[in-house]
Amino acid sequence: MAGDPVQAEPLKITVDGKVIEGQPGEMIISAAERGGVYIPRFCWHPRMRPVGMCRMCLVEVKGPRGFALMPACYVPVADGQEVVTDSPKVKKAQDGVLEFLLINHPLDCPVCDRGGECPLQDQTFAFGPGETRFVEEKRHWAKPIPINPLVALDRERCIQCSRCTRFADEVAGDAMIDFIGRGDSTEVNIFEDRPFTSNFSGNVVQICPVGALTATPYRFKARPWDLDLVESTCTACAVGCRISVQSSSNRVIRHLGVDSDPVNHGWLCDKGRFGYEQTDNPDRLRAPMVRKGGELVEVGWNEALTAAAAGLRRIHDASGPDAIAVLGGARLPNEDAYAWAKLAKGVIGTDNVDCQMGDGLPAELVLGLPRATIDEACAASAVVLLAPDLKEDLPVFYLRLREAAVDGNLKLIEMAPLGTGLSRHAEVRLQYRPGEAAAVARALAASRVPEEGAGGVSAADIGAAAELLGAAESVVIVVGRASLAESADSIADAAGVLATALPDARFLSALRRGNVHGALDMGLAPGVLPGRVSLDEGRAWFAEAWGHVPEARGLDAAGVLAAAADHKVQGLVLVGADPISDFPDRALATTALAGVGFTVVVDLFGDGASAAHADVVFPVAGDGERSGTTTNMEGRVTRLGQKVTPPGTARDDWMIAADLARRLGGDLGFETLDDITLEIERLATSHAGVTPAFLAAPGRRDGVVVPLGGAGVAGRPPALRYRPSTPARQAPPVDAYSLRLVAARTLYDAGALVSRSPSLAALAARPCLRANPADLGRMGVTTGDRVRVSSSRTSLVLDVAADPRVLRGSAVLAFNAAGEGAADLIDASQTVTDVRVETVN
Amino acid sequence: MITDAAPIVTARIGSPLSWTLKSALDRGAYEGLRKALTMDPAEITQEVLTANLLGRGGAGFEAGRKWGMLAKGDTKYLVINGDESEPCTFKDHMLMEEDPHQILEGVLICAYAIGASQAFIFVRGEFALGLERMTSALNEAYAFGAIGRNILGSGFSLDIVVHPGAGAYICGEETALLESLEGKRGYPRDKPPWFPAVKGLYSAPTIVNNVETMSNLPWIVTNGGAAFAALGLGRSTGTRLFSVSGHVKRPANYEIEMAKPTFRDLLFDPSLGGGIRNDNALKAFVPGGVSAPWFGPDQLDMALDQDAVGKAGSMLGSGSVVAMDDTTCMVRAAWRITRFFHRESCGQCTPCREGGGWLDKIMRRIELGQGRESDLELLLDVCDNIAPGLGWPPQKTTICVLGPSIPSSITSAIRMFRDEFLVHIKEGACPFGR
Amino acid sequence: MARLTAENIQRARQLIALYPQSRSALIPILHIAQEQDGWLTPDGMAHIAELLDLDPAEVYGTASFYDMFFTHPVGRHLVSVCTNLACLLNGADELLEHAQARLGVAPGGTTADGEFTLEEVECIAFCGAAPCLAVNWRFFGNIGTDDFDRLVEDLAAGRLADDVPPHGTLNRVRRRVGLMAAGPAPALADGTASEPPS
Ligand SMILES: Cc1cc2nc3c(=O)[nH]c(=O)nc-3n(C[C@H](O)[C@H](O)[C@H](O)COP(=O)(O)O)c2cc1C
Ligand code: SF4
Ligand code: FES
Repeated sequence: MAGDPVQAEPLKITVDGKVIEGQPGEMIISAAERGGVYIPRFCWHPRMRPVGMCRMCLVEVKGPRGFALMPACYVPVADGQEVVTDSPKVKKAQDGVLEFLLINHPLDCPVCDRGGECPLQDQTFAFGPGETRFVEEKRHWAKPIPINPLVALDRERCIQCSRCTRFADEVAGDAMIDFIGRGDSTEVNIFEDRPFTSNFSGNVVQICPVGALTATPYRFKARPWDLDLVESTCTACAVGCRISVQSSSNRVIRHLGVDSDPVNHGWLCDKGRFGYEQTDNPDRLRAPMVRKGGELVEVGWNEALTAAAAGLRRIHDASGPDAIAVLGGARLPNEDAYAWAKLAKGVIGTDNVDCQMGDGLPAELVLGLPRATIDEACAASAVVLLAPDLKEDLPVFYLRLREAAVDGNLKLIEMAPLGTGLSRHAEVRLQYRPGEAAAVARALAASRVPEEGAGGVSAADIGAAAELLGAAESVVIVVGRASLAESADSIADAAGVLATALPDARFLSALRRGNVHGALDMGLAPGVLPGRVSLDEGRAWFAEAWGHVPEARGLDAAGVLAAAADHKVQGLVLVGADPISDFPDRALATTALAGVGFTVVVDLFGDGASAAHADVVFPVAGDGERSGTTTNMEGRVTRLGQKVTPPGTARDDWMIAADLARRLGGDLGFETLDDITLEIERLATSHAGVTPAFLAAPGRRDGVVVPLGGAGVAGRPPALRYRPSTPARQAPPVDAYSLRLVAARTLYDAGALVSRSPSLAALAARPCLRANPADLGRMGVTTGDRVRVSSSRTSLVLDVAADPRVLRGSAVLAFNAAGEGAADLIDASQTVTDVRVETVN
Repeated sequence: MITDAAPIVTARIGSPLSWTLKSALDRGAYEGLRKALTMDPAEITQEVLTANLLGRGGAGFEAGRKWGMLAKGDTKYLVINGDESEPCTFKDHMLMEEDPHQILEGVLICAYAIGASQAFIFVRGEFALGLERMTSALNEAYAFGAIGRNILGSGFSLDIVVHPGAGAYICGEETALLESLEGKRGYPRDKPPWFPAVKGLYSAPTIVNNVETMSNLPWIVTNGGAAFAALGLGRSTGTRLFSVSGHVKRPANYEIEMAKPTFRDLLFDPSLGGGIRNDNALKAFVPGGVSAPWFGPDQLDMALDQDAVGKAGSMLGSGSVVAMDDTTCMVRAAWRITRFFHRESCGQCTPCREGGGWLDKIMRRIELGQGRESDLELLLDVCDNIAPGLGWPPQKTTICVLGPSIPSSITSAIRMFRDEFLVHIKEGACPFGR
Repeated sequence: MARLTAENIQRARQLIALYPQSRSALIPILHIAQEQDGWLTPDGMAHIAELLDLDPAEVYGTASFYDMFFTHPVGRHLVSVCTNLACLLNGADELLEHAQARLGVAPGGTTADGEFTLEEVECIAFCGAAPCLAVNWRFFGNIGTDDFDRLVEDLAAGRLADDVPPHGTLNRVRRRVGLMAAGPAPALADGTASEPPS
């Protein structure tokens, strides 16, 4: 149809005589860069709103009154636009800006952490004036001041580009740093003594275009030109941000975020950024150990492998394969997880395998619900957050959703028993009574909202959410455990109700551990086999490939621990797992570990609470020390990069599995990592086509979301489909003297990663019970008091704080804070945990 | 009087308790509004176009044309600029203190003409008395029924908020003013795309007009745009308030017809500036606020005509004319102005933030006798890096025109009094003894 | 170190109601806080942050942009001497020097008794009466050195208390009506003065 306006036709602009295509809304600076013309800049950052402040990017743009100097970062491309970036006028303007920036900037490049990778230094060489004409005294500020324990600020080096303050406000929503003052006495700073307590603070270091913001853990550790780097994926959580792992002298020195468009946009959380300290920790295991005369002593690999195999074989022969269980594996690369799954299910023959520690969701639900990508969630009209506080659990996913809710058209419906980082951006909040998520879901799904509301949520709020969902063109539901004191069944029940009511909705499971999704894909859960297939449907296929598959569905972590406490499970292999600190019910985990006859620990460290029960300990390689692939919450498979070698004789997990298999009379059939990737590709329904070569192909830095082809592969077992089961048990009414516990995870906890990373460990808070001021008032308690908190399990003395955002009748406690805490109070066999709070004198 | 035009915006000023409703009503207040409310909004804009009312805030843009550029939208705002902080300008200050009802009436007329949803009067924070008088007048006008719902029975409704500033010159710049009104640091916004008429307060289409601009509206509606246009010459119509200060015998605000009188009339007429103190010789004068390049005695006979002054390389700007006699150290005068801009730069743009401070330091050095001859070229080149070409109106490397205003005094002083700089440098001291 | 008083919280809420977006009320509320305490205390800023759902750093960052806000204590009388062009031409430097000598503090300083803080300011738009100054933003023009001494004595003796309220008090006239054009009129009347000062 001639004459019709053509939609989304790229705009053509001329830059220095060269025709370049730009997208509508794109700024000249990025279109030019894509077209090969680099315009210098400081304040502009592709992932933040432009401000046009530094004026470094001035170019000539032709307007109605001829050419004028305009900031290329602030002027959108327009069809037919003429831009000149190399005229004498532009050159003079840019030289001028650089000179202005330098007059008050210290000339301390040789001692500056940024020296060698400093845009200001680089542009001074490339564009700058030769000598200084500034003979006056420079501006002075007190030298580096900490703005939090991880980041130091040198205001003399600051060029006021506002990247850090914009990041804090616009991207992270943590506006705890801001410009203070005016004009040339503007400084970046915090308010009084309130530090920049953002989970994302390290990003400001990465985006600072000079050396004003530096990372305390990195300061003076290395010079940029000494660094070696490899691209990888962060496995601190299941978002799977792309990172650059940088090392010097065989030590990882830092992680930088890599801009992956579908995932992290260049951002990292501080746990991911500084968590390399865990693997760099001098306390890492360097050699295997075997318990001799009650003590663990270092031995050679052969002796340790023989001891482990002998112990497991003894139990297998005496009590059958079901007396052995394998817990963990959610922090391993896919290949290693597959090797452990094959060892457990194919060689040992047990289905008592679980990569989750009773803190996740049923494998069938995670694997069987139609999955969304992060991009799809951000582009959806509505996202239901039946989920934990994403700001704490999956931090960069929080950034993505926040951006979509603040800048885009996404509407959030939050269904959680506590306030979260996204609450203030939620269109509707359904803050339910702990344990009653399913009741709210049913009310939401009902054709008419019950007049009295449900689960402690008003009919009006449920009605508003229902209306929003009814009008939404696309819905994504994020499912996870907001509270570990409320059973997984009740969340699964709620998710099932929503899945039935919204048949077109897609899901993302908010599980936290780095490669938990990959481990589930690889079959490290009861009742499933690699490739997202059920044990029953995959049995024949894998029996043929592996030679053996368990008869019946085995136990999950809770079941394994209960069976161990009963001495039914006698052999336990902990693959990077520490049930005593991770399982929500510490009493059960402790009894279980004490009850197991033979425990093998495969880990980076040998001094975890559960490792005290180890009979054999194997040291393994950690992040940055091994290759392979990992899978994020979307099902995106990306490659891990190896940059340094593991300490001592520590090995890759898959090698240990393969060696054990051999000693148990089997053979996993792997000589190299690629052997495993290829076998996964050949056998797993979900991974057809994902060969090493495919992943390594150019243009796949962001990995691929599996399955590649959509539904099923001919000849292979069918993909799992989740079928909601019977409704979960209802939570009993809470009595007037109790508060219902909400055990929520925080980014910094007493978990393995944080507690072994010295810079992060200091950030983990002491446990503190937060409750509504009205409830506390009733009990005669106020913020700062110490209280006795008692459940059916035990009673603890804790700090207390009044928090009006906590629902009346409930109490929030961080899960896995240092020392005694939520896990000691929780009875995992109950749907909810109620506690009584009394003053102590 | 130089011309026989009757005053427009100061007509009621000087009468007893001129700021009260009663006094104002006795002298015709809100009659223009009554008439306006019987007119079609478009007719009012047409009258203002006919009047060719030039904005009195500094840029001198035609008010009627600006209103015509207002983007369509359900929500539109009217914001009045009462930030008056251009040094040596003190006329809006007087209007707010002495005749606040005239401003409110103008605001109501404008809001009606443009269909504003709400109006805000941004009063410079330092004007305590102005704030009190404006607030009292607002209370009175609400009670009188001139503001609020169903104004004077017309069916038209409007709320007005008097908003205090907090001390920052840059908030007089209209986009910085809007940021400040949104409760933020007063950072000017880049245009495009932030032309207030398209994307202003809370991103909604917004008209920003000066206090004096508003004060003219009741008269224009009452007497018709043609009567206003009959005053003055060419594009410079009506009367205008000039703040005359410095070394004149009679520093004060004077409302006079535009374009007909000259700077000489303004500074020397016995009914106006009254001549230079002690009958000293005039050395130079600032023709329109310290952002404007200076004029010398040879330009005294230029008419107070916006276009003529523009063509001569300066501006009538905010209407402040400062006379400097022959006892003045021009280095010191220019340095003081430079220091002002250095202090008042908002700090966003590198050239303004850093350049302002640098120029301040160089000027200080010269005035204190530590200058070097090369400093003159350096000054001019640094100025050139803020306002490329050093022409008029200035080009800029910055977001707003505060930056390119910095060079005005320095380049004027060097152009007109280069020798004076050289004496400072050679003698290592200020020849004027300070 | 004060949070806002109950009455001032009420005033703050009324201000918030005047604007389409609550943050617009920040600067007016900061003036209230400064009226209450004479300067902006950390607790006051933190409290305002709570009222407006901002981070305290944003409140501080905004306040610090503006010359009228003090984040440290100042004297009961803030003496602001203008030295900009018109005043410079009429002896402002001499006036400022005299003021320093008379009060015994440099610009930015506060007298030991907490009575006076001296500052050098940019043009206060009183140039018709240069040299001029403001005390707590009440203007005094044509100030020679003797006038200055007399003014300081009068202020110290409380003789100008009616004209010059303590530092921080900006607008003594309260708005009496809420917004009405958009909807039902919430009255703001709180019994405080609304008469014009003469
Ligand atoms: C640095 C700067 C300061 C300004 N200060 C004021 C001011 O104090 N008062 C004012 O009315 N306009 C001021 N203006 C002009 C305003 O931006 C704007 O043009 C004016 O308020 C429009 O009103 P008008 O069209 O009625 O003149 C200033 C402009 C700049 C660039
Ligand atoms: S030119 Fe100066 S005052 Fe204007 S926006 Fe830039 S830095 Fe701010
Ligand atoms: S990069 Fe464009 S102004 Fe800073």
